[in-house]
Amino acid sequence: MLSIENISKKLGAFLLSSISLSVNRGEYFIILGPSGAGKSILLEIIAGLVQPDDGKLTLNSKDITTSPIQLRNIGLVFQDFAIFPHLNVRNNIAYPLKGKGLSGSALNREVLSLAKKFGVSHLLKQNASTLSGGEQQRVALARTLALKPDVLLLDEPLSALDSERRVELRSLLRGLNRDGQTIIHVTHDYEEAIALGHRVAIMSGGKLEQVGTPEQIFNKPASTFIANLVGVKNFFLASLTESNEVNLMKAHLASGLIFYVYADACGSGYITFPDNSVTLSLTPPQSSALNSFSGEIVDMYPQRYGYEIVVNIKVKIFVNVTHESVLKLNLKIGSRVWISLKASNIQFIRVD
Amino acid sequence: MRHSAFTLILIVLSGLLLLFIVAPLLGMMISTSSEQLLQTAVEKEVLNSFWVTIWIAFTATFVFSIPAIPLAYLLARKNFKFKKIITGLIDLPVVIPHSAAGIALLGFISRDSVIGKVAGYMGFNLVGSPFAIAIAMAFVSIPFLINAARSGFELVPERLEKAALNLGASPTRMFLTISLPLAWRSIVSGLVMMFARGMSEFGAVIIVAYHPMVAPVLIFDRFNSYGLKYAQPVAVLFIGVSLSIFILFRLLSSPKK
Repeated sequence: MLSIENISKKLGAFLLSSISLSVNRGEYFIILGPSGAGKSILLEIIAGLVQPDDGKLTLNSKDITTSPIQLRNIGLVFQDFAIFPHLNVRNNIAYPLKGKGLSGSALNREVLSLAKKFGVSHLLKQNASTLSGGEQQRVALARTLALKPDVLLLDEPLSALDSERRVELRSLLRGLNRDGQTIIHVTHDYEEAIALGHRVAIMSGGKLEQVGTPEQIFNKPASTFIANLVGVKNFFLASLTESNEVNLMKAHLASGLIFYVYADACGSGYITFPDNSVTLSLTPPQSSALNSFSGEIVDMYPQRYGYEIVVNIKVKIFVNVTHESVLKLNLKIGSRVWISLKASNIQFIRVD
Repeated sequence: MRHSAFTLILIVLSGLLLLFIVAPLLGMMISTSSEQLLQTAVEKEVLNSFWVTIWIAFTATFVFSIPAIPLAYLLARKNFKFKKIITGLIDLPVVIPHSAAGIALLGFISRDSVIGKVAGYMGFNLVGSPFAIAIAMAFVSIPFLINAARSGFELVPERLEKAALNLGASPTRMFLTISLPLAWRSIVSGLVMMFARGMSEFGAVIIVAYHPMVAPVLIFDRFNSYGLKYAQPVAVLFIGVSLSIFILFRLLSSPKK
């Protein structure tokens, strides 16, 4: 649907170099990278705010590389929302509709339905400059979607919100996407990427590093840069079912393994846990940890303060171990070991 | 409250300067009796000249704002060759002697010029007409509007304009609905300054049109023909009128609380 071919742009010392990717209709596409990676510039190039030096943009098989901004039908929600401060909420939402020639009761109906959908009906008469960050964002979304854009571009939409509002907005965005809206979402937060993206593109230093599903990216990072950026090595697709205890869930992995995790409700998503939360022993652990498995050491990587040990328990688990422990337990590749970790150390990231 | 020596020096110097501005005006007002003012205020010649001054200055401001505001926008938003030279040109009327500006304009509209000839064929003489006064007023006062509007447009965040385009607005609609309203306060302040400056113009106006007599020319005429005593009441009244209009516009353009 949207295809980006060899897009390059030089801005001062920064170079966005030869970016190519394509986004399918109805897809939720995440661009993940640290700040300064060139994510926002790429969005601005797609929207037409910035002209690329080189390359080609195609939307629905039409070359839009040099099309004026207003004729692209690509909606962009700016990171600072860009709400028009001299208009009230109603007129902000009505802005694109008036441009389409809507007026009178048709305009009113459309504004009311958008306001309802984004939960800003009670703010319609309010001056835009008096809104909170979360409210501004909802108004910005309602206003942009009034255009019925082919592609919705979001620049760090969750970064300005507190955790409660984040959960709300995430489900709102997921709902929009489920209704067929193609979304390209820029973020520096891997959790957002996992929770929302069908596919994730990793960017750094103006270059595209890897494109793939969250599972591909997190389980098979194409470079150490990505592994460091995403920061999690123990990362598995899982579906939750209830256990005997309230809020304690069984996470079923594709390999048949079951981990115990704490979560509010059943569903599917990813479980992750840090490599320093896993305990390693030679005999079955006596601790209260709910998750214990036996396996074999398949790899050992020396690190600054010890080793990173990879234990195969049908899936590969990364464990951080000190030099002393390695010597004391006489660990080497091929050793049979037990690993254990607490259910409370496992994070569940819901995607449904 | 104790002040440092430095603060005291600042206060004394500032006070002297303010006195320098206020004292002559105040002195003139005090030395003019209310009887003189009343008599002058009903003179037909005086009222006529005030009216002529106000409507010509108003018309000049309005007409010239139509190209001046887009030019200000262009200077605020676009980068192009010779931009610095154009910026300098705009400030030129402020730095050249206004009598010289008047002479230049007179050459431009006299019967020998192209414009003067065209007007002549149509039966008009531009020299000594309200048209001449208007262009003399506009010539010396237009920089105030362009510069104020330009800084107003510069303060409008460009991303709001880009957001408007992204929402499907044409560049014209974006300008009229986003840039212009958001820069409006600066523009109004520029319009008020241009209007006030135009009303008070003497040097350029007297060269292109002694008649119809605008207020500054009338003040000069009274002084020249009858002396200080007869010029003062007109001057005081005109200052009063100018100040009232100035304050009125400021109040109208200040934001609603």
